[in-house]
Amino acid sequence: MTATIWRRRVWLGFCYVVLVPGAILFLAPFAWLVSASFQHVGDIFSWPPQWIPKNPTLDGYKGFFGIGKAGELAQGSEGAWRWFLNSAFVAGSVTTLQLFFNSLAAYTFAKRRFPGRNLIFLVFLATMMVPPQVTLIPNYLVLKHVPFFGGNDVMGQGGHGFLDSYWGLILPGAVSAFGIFLLRQYMMSIPDELLDAARIDGAGEFRVFWKVVLPLCAPALAATAIFTFTYAWEDFLWPLIVVSSSDHYTAPLGLALFVVKNRTSWNLLMAGSVVATLPMVVVFLIFQRRFIQGISMSGLKG
Amino acid sequence: MSARGRGARNGVLKRMWRERSAYGFLAPGLILFSIFTVFALGFAFYLTFREWNILEPEKPFIGLQNYQDLVHDKDFGRSIINTAYFTGASVPLGMLVGLCVALLLNQPIRGRGLLRTLYFLPTVTPFVVAAIIWKWLYNGDFGLFNYYLLKTHLITEPLVWLSDKNLAMPAVVLMSVWTSVGFSMVVYLAALQAIPNDLYEAARIDGAGAWARLRYVTWPMLRPSTLFLMVMGIIGSFQVFTQIYIMTSGGPLNRTTTMVYYIYEAAFKFYEMGYASTLAYALFLMLLVFTALQLRLYRRADV
Repeated sequence: MTATIWRRRVWLGFCYVVLVPGAILFLAPFAWLVSASFQHVGDIFSWPPQWIPKNPTLDGYKGFFGIGKAGELAQGSEGAWRWFLNSAFVAGSVTTLQLFFNSLAAYTFAKRRFPGRNLIFLVFLATMMVPPQVTLIPNYLVLKHVPFFGGNDVMGQGGHGFLDSYWGLILPGAVSAFGIFLLRQYMMSIPDELLDAARIDGAGEFRVFWKVVLPLCAPALAATAIFTFTYAWEDFLWPLIVVSSSDHYTAPLGLALFVVKNRTSWNLLMAGSVVATLPMVVVFLIFQRRFIQGISMSGLKG
Repeated sequence: MSARGRGARNGVLKRMWRERSAYGFLAPGLILFSIFTVFALGFAFYLTFREWNILEPEKPFIGLQNYQDLVHDKDFGRSIINTAYFTGASVPLGMLVGLCVALLLNQPIRGRGLLRTLYFLPTVTPFVVAAIIWKWLYNGDFGLFNYYLLKTHLITEPLVWLSDKNLAMPAVVLMSVWTSVGFSMVVYLAALQAIPNDLYEAARIDGAGAWARLRYVTWPMLRPSTLFLMVMGIIGSFQVFTQIYIMTSGGPLNRTTTMVYYIYEAAFKFYEMGYASTLAYALFLMLLVFTALQLRLYRRADV
């Protein structure tokens, strides 16, 4: 008996010995990021590296947001606040639109019978396989030629259309086949009798959807909302292609172009990176359970 | 048309009218979807038969020229090799580390929740930020990697990680594994917690030791998760872009030019939309073949 207890203790001890140093290694890059964001430019380059800043400073943050002296970076840092607002606006809009459009479509596929349903659903399903890179180029051209926008004429010629605008950032992401599929699976489990009861009480189709089905889907909606938001917040390739003026930069785009164009101001970059990561970490810490629910929902049923 | 046929058609129209609210509900999603996915797919295919440079007014029809170019394009071949290298290294590694962490974190140890959060944090870091941090860690002059490797005398000269043609890709792989371990860990943990305890009890009664239980109970029960992670991992790795753009820009000597990075360059550096679309379709085709293979695996595995 004692032998098994000892074996168990040794085993649990082994778990710690592996997991704790592992976690420290995993965390080290973050720790370095946070530490560097509070250092002077010169100290970031110091050798040996300073894990705890000897002369902590907020210069990185101030510089990044253009508070105080921005010096050589005046033009880039002037827009930094705006990049984050842009990201919040774009990610918020994409999430709201997706939740609404996806759940409307999911409800229709799950609970309504109408001619063409299976065919349309099949097309949706099939396109889940299409990698976004295939539609990247045509969508770029389509948005460029939207008539009457961005200086375009009626034929969509002459200007830049929806490119370099919030429309261009938001519209292509406003619906997702995968999101529709997930919500539909969830809605299938809601009993039809519940819906019929509401209909008998005189509720119209939209009321049934809005007052009965949606509230029951709250867990699924929350999980997909978190995913959609984080995905939209950190999307990079699409903004890189669509946006050209720094007024419309999203946070990841601004940071990335900062790296490519600017090789000296690492402290500003580190500060900006900390700020770009914070919302994600906060969302994760608050919604940890939903996050994990969402992963297992998409993972194990899909 | 026979009377019966007409009747049936009227029936369909009537039903469509009766269910008109269903179409109304579908409309917003369907319209966006038709433009940005269905139409876009067709348009991309149309582009593959044209020389479509946005800077040129003429967009001539060139038949299969783009496809011929593609077959003879050495850089495209290189990008496939690089993508395969990246996928082959990062997917199994991320899954393996994720599985090990999940197995250990499934034990009744204190601080489980905290440790789980720590291992998951890299997964919620924006990709761009992760790439920036790691670019700094790999810095040839001041990077932490070189500092600690020199200090422990594992190397005698500083290494220029991201500019060394043999080290650049492993460096990108390592960074990508860091970001993906959390995801596989969570998927595996969910699966581990769903395994009924009776199975372990039964195995114990049959005299199975820890290793045998892992080999004959846990591992088979994790199969669906493993396949899922493999499918998702391969699809994701085939599309790797952000790390490459920020950390190496495809260099040195094209050693980290992946397929998506190559497509991006063709389309938005050289403005060859036609050729880039052909490349994108090639990527699509490869993903289809892979997914089909994996679905067969799924079916054979009977899960």
